[in-house]
Amino acid sequence: MNPEDLKAVSQSLRREILRTSHAAKIPHLGSCLSCVDLLVYLYWNILDIDAARPDAPDRDRFVLSKGHAAPALFQILAERGFYPKEHLATFGLNGSVFHEHPPAPGYLPGVEAATGSLGHGMPMALGMALAARMSGISYRCYALISDGECNEGTIWEAAMLAAAHEVDNLCVIVDFNGWQATGRSRDVMRLDPMEERWETFGWHAVTIDGHDFTAMGEAFEVCAETRGQPSVVIAQTVKGKGVSFMEDDNNWHYRIPDEDELRLALTELQDHQ
Amino acid sequence: MRNAFAHEITNLAVERQNLVLLSGDIGNRLFEEFKRLAPGRFLNCGVAETNMMSVAAGMALSGLRPVVYTITPFTTVRVLEQLRVDVCYHEAPVVIVGTGSGLSYAELGPTHHSLEDIAITRCLPGLNVLAPADSHELIAFLNEALESPSPTYIRIGKRGEPVLDPEGASPRIGIARTLRDGEDIAILCIGPITSEALRAAEMITADGPRVEVISMGTVKPLDVDFLDALARRCDRWITLEEHGLIGGLGSAVLEWLAGTRHAVQLTRIGVPDAFIHELGDQAFVRSSLGLDAPSIHSAIREAIA
Repeated sequence: MNPEDLKAVSQSLRREILRTSHAAKIPHLGSCLSCVDLLVYLYWNILDIDAARPDAPDRDRFVLSKGHAAPALFQILAERGFYPKEHLATFGLNGSVFHEHPPAPGYLPGVEAATGSLGHGMPMALGMALAARMSGISYRCYALISDGECNEGTIWEAAMLAAAHEVDNLCVIVDFNGWQATGRSRDVMRLDPMEERWETFGWHAVTIDGHDFTAMGEAFEVCAETRGQPSVVIAQTVKGKGVSFMEDDNNWHYRIPDEDELRLALTELQDHQ
Repeated sequence: MRNAFAHEITNLAVERQNLVLLSGDIGNRLFEEFKRLAPGRFLNCGVAETNMMSVAAGMALSGLRPVVYTITPFTTVRVLEQLRVDVCYHEAPVVIVGTGSGLSYAELGPTHHSLEDIAITRCLPGLNVLAPADSHELIAFLNEALESPSPTYIRIGKRGEPVLDPEGASPRIGIARTLRDGEDIAILCIGPITSEALRAAEMITADGPRVEVISMGTVKPLDVDFLDALARRCDRWITLEEHGLIGGLGSAVLEWLAGTRHAVQLTRIGVPDAFIHELGDQAFVRSSLGLDAPSIHSAIREAIA
């Protein structure tokens, strides 16, 4: 799909994410809006998956390691046909499968891992990538992590093991929006220089604008062709991207938009389509 | 027990192409044969057990049968959240093996003692918790665990523990195994310390109480059918475990008893709620904590008195 069409999908999903957040009182809007463009690119242009066969052994795996962006993933999976969009009407209701984090695999088609506790999804994706090699099945594994998640030691344990075993069917995407729950991520725990850090761990690393679909295309193509080492795409993103009064304002990590804010946000997203 | 594990897991890897062994940088020599016969299916995950547990879960979700192996505290307490979320919550059929359990590594101090592992694994939904008494049980359990759709934790001892019932029928997960018959008092055991119970029973004179010794082997799911039948014919029980008294076999039996109308007089033998600072070899520490055959013998006499 071309960048213009991808953008239209992204903006439409942003609106759905905002509506859901407001209606179901679901937080983490900023985190969803920073990675939705990346998710759209992966699910439309990269992942070799078939909604009709969600358990196919040779499917590509995507693990949303930053599980708090589940509201974005839920919209994407519905849009890609893993379940009817109408099911999302139950979002946040008692007994619904749609709550703040992805449920366990088997409880919702298309979900590969039940994340929410940080630092788990990427190591699990590494296990899935190693399994491809050991089973002689060819598929690729992708894990989206947040910059705050890079605080977790398991991310770096997995990084070392993946490099030692030259796991080149693993690609990690860092949604580097510069914030974690309570502050600027680089102030809480030092992350810079991010790209060099991954490189010294033995990874192919590239830094891109995480809202630029053309840049994503080039970066993911190089990752797919890289042999003998895992890849990481450090996506520089804006938390709350797409809504002027949410952009780079960390209050929207937890805040829920009221009716006026929702109307204003939806208008902005309509105008900029 | 450790060598029996290495031998059997190698046999199983030859039979099963989807079996993978993950180790936390231990057992290099122990698995030479495995590496030779199942090339590419031994993964040394380094001194990074938390990541190893998540990797194993990812593998299990992708159709492999991973077996995770390292020293017990590092495959249980250290990685509790990975075990809880990535393995149990995902219902990922990982087999977790803790070696050197209980006081097997007594000399290494509390960092290497595992006296809480059953308590913390037993409360994880969907996880089978096994503590085989000998290699005979271990081998049977390992084979069965690899057929199970659920994750399984197996705590094993170290080297050189005796086989307690070489002629007996093949042990099974969830089924108590009677090693010695008796009517007056029953000792319910788990793990290699079961041999101390058998020794204690041998110390009873001909006119003393007749002691039944049972390896429970499976702490979860507990063989409640056996316990129910036992309670109907014998009302004095001792539980014996090389584990803390909080949350282990004794607790599991008490929890079950509380929901029945059986009037059983239960003595629990295990490790008190304290770290062990006076170190020595396993026999010394067992003795100083009252877990050896003479102490069990005294407990039998007190229970009968």
